[in-house]
Amino acid sequence: MMEKGLMDKGSVEGQVVDYLMRETLKTREMWINMGPQHPSTHGVLRLILALEGERIVDTEVVIGYLHRGMEKLAEAKTYPQFLPYTDRLDYISSHAMNFGYVLAVEKLMGIEVPDRAQYIRVMMAELTRISSHLLWLATHALDIGAMTVFLYCFREREMILDLCEMAGGARLTTSYFRIGGVAHDLPDGFIEQAREFCRIFPKKAKDYDDLILKNRIWLSRTVNVAKISGEEALNLGLTGPNIRGSGVYWDIRKDEPYSNYDKLDWEIAVYDGCDVYARYLVRLKEMRESCKIVSQCLDVLEKLDGPVMAKVPKVIKPPEGEVYASVEAPKGELGFYIVSDGSPKPYRLKIKAPSFANLISIPTMVKGHMVADVIAAIGSIDVVLGEVDR
Amino acid sequence: MAEEKGKKMSEEEAKEGEKPKAPAAKEASEKRVAAPKEPPPEEPQVDVDSLPLVKRVKSAKGGLIEDVKYFRGEITFLVKKDGIVDLCHFLKDDTETQFNFLTEVIGTHYPEREKPFEVVYHLYSTTKKHRVRLKVQLAEDEEVESVFPVWRSATWYEREVYDMVGVRFTNHPDLRRILLPDDWEGHPLRKDYPLQGPPGYREAWLKAHCASTNKL
Amino acid sequence: MGVIERKLPDNALTQLIDKVVNWARRSSLWPMTFGLACCAIEMMAAGASRYDFDRFGVIFRATPRQSDVMIVAGTVTVKMAPVLRKVYDQMPEPRWVISMGTCANTGKNFDTYHVVQGVEQIVPVDVYVPGCPPRPEGLMYGVILLQERIDQMKVFRK
Repeated sequence: MMEKGLMDKGSVEGQVVDYLMRETLKTREMWINMGPQHPSTHGVLRLILALEGERIVDTEVVIGYLHRGMEKLAEAKTYPQFLPYTDRLDYISSHAMNFGYVLAVEKLMGIEVPDRAQYIRVMMAELTRISSHLLWLATHALDIGAMTVFLYCFREREMILDLCEMAGGARLTTSYFRIGGVAHDLPDGFIEQAREFCRIFPKKAKDYDDLILKNRIWLSRTVNVAKISGEEALNLGLTGPNIRGSGVYWDIRKDEPYSNYDKLDWEIAVYDGCDVYARYLVRLKEMRESCKIVSQCLDVLEKLDGPVMAKVPKVIKPPEGEVYASVEAPKGELGFYIVSDGSPKPYRLKIKAPSFANLISIPTMVKGHMVADVIAAIGSIDVVLGEVDR
Repeated sequence: MAEEKGKKMSEEEAKEGEKPKAPAAKEASEKRVAAPKEPPPEEPQVDVDSLPLVKRVKSAKGGLIEDVKYFRGEITFLVKKDGIVDLCHFLKDDTETQFNFLTEVIGTHYPEREKPFEVVYHLYSTTKKHRVRLKVQLAEDEEVESVFPVWRSATWYEREVYDMVGVRFTNHPDLRRILLPDDWEGHPLRKDYPLQGPPGYREAWLKAHCASTNKL
Repeated sequence: MGVIERKLPDNALTQLIDKVVNWARRSSLWPMTFGLACCAIEMMAAGASRYDFDRFGVIFRATPRQSDVMIVAGTVTVKMAPVLRKVYDQMPEPRWVISMGTCANTGKNFDTYHVVQGVEQIVPVDVYVPGCPPRPEGLMYGVILLQERIDQMKVFRK
């Protein structure tokens, strides 16, 4: 930015500078390409930034570098066959993706899922929510420049991945849920290990707070950066923790409770700072609330016995019709819209991906900010390109 | 890999409970599968016109509605092509409906129908906590007006519909491809588009765009 | 190296020099983080607390100009392929490529209109790591295999 004295149009110097700028020095925006291979775009996102000095005047988001044709693929697979592909949508929280898909198919077919399976599902979904937020915190902090948080968060994340591996057999892409329940009951020793995690996690979460919650560098990089008001956020299609960081009370788990969320005691995390810092606070609180949900589920699962799979026909052939079912995934509202023509394969399957919708607001968020703030903004909305591009 | 896994999984499901190998396994598998219940009750017959949302919309904008459907608790309005923006404005601003959030816009191709394209809008109200689905049917070469003036998020959703299905939107500020490269030909989610793309198209595109690869 | 590369006779002295060069190359393999999809998360996990890639001398670099090996972790799509090739061309010689995961190896789990069927169509690959996604241990084994391969390279010898 120019010094204020020179730009002051009242002064003689200001008029001269103004004249020179207009008549002799033709100024134009500079276009900078960021991505698709950039360490802080969390994958293969590409941004084209129009800069005036260091300030951003316009942004174009280019996506599609990970477009794998999931929706077309779904039309070629049967309903159970498509389940493993949902893992690979948002590979950081595969249980939540499974959850959305099986809910949609169950809604279409009218299947009642046994109670024990419901609790297992809720517990696994919340565990992956913690792991997703941990990975988000790790990479977001790394982007902004806090390396230690990265190592701390991955340490706890590995504990959750161990639990996922016990239950589903894989670390990331578990496909543990099935249409009508879960694949099999929890193995021996799972509950004890999960309890151990719930016991130590709040202490570890305090470690993260100690590192960055009131860190001056962190505050100056996040407070009042990439602001977006609640109304604008609704208009631009923001969902999940991002919109709750703008003061909108909207959590699908509370508003349209699916599975057993209405039987559990927890709070929505809402902050009205509208900036990167508020979104950070929302996710931190959500991790703690998820930990509460997990321990409540464990309490129930210790006593509750029963089947974990409903009676499901061998060939899944839903009736003709169309449904939309949505869940609160760690990134926002994840919905599956399925059109069935009565055959064992979906006629049309549309994935409403939260990160895709969240990216729409990036140009609005970063307008007028510095280039370095773009990284904070992308980090704060927590994109996963697997579900953006599908 | 994933395909194999999927197949294996469905096979496992199919065999479930049929041939237990050991007594312990038998017991376990019996425990796993719930006792057969009665088939799920048929969809209860609901008088669609008695639903408050349908009543409200029909009384105010009945001229724009062609049909109303109710399935699994979801209301679907079939809307006349020219009335979609008008109806969306009404649904957003009306105090009884307050649909302030556009969840998504979907394009579907039904080649056997007279009007082969369908654009589906999912709306949600964060204050009233209810959802609705709007549908517009389009013939080949027909265009529909963009709902961009109502919700700005529609820009990207409609670009995706255009990219995947090839439906064009009038008054859209920036109708380009969004996921596929700009010089791609064809719209993959049409039913006549093969899963692997037209034969050789993928490889030809690569050859044209990775010049230095040809030396390999 | 330039002029005398692969020109000297094969004797005890040149063998020793080659050994020293190879030792230096394999002990500080700096990968280019070409994280594309799910595998990238496992690649990050491999670099983080529990698996700790630093002890192999593997330190992730975000720029192709400073890296020796490119780990292609994830699905390579048609739109991404030209970018991948460009980044590979920017890497200095000697360079190696590890293809991580089924998508990069063959692409067959997403055999659709927009997925490249195997990254070897775009760049030459040295080590393939199977899995969907491979565990960090798998990637670690891939790196060790690459180190063994580097050990056998001829630098000055004919």
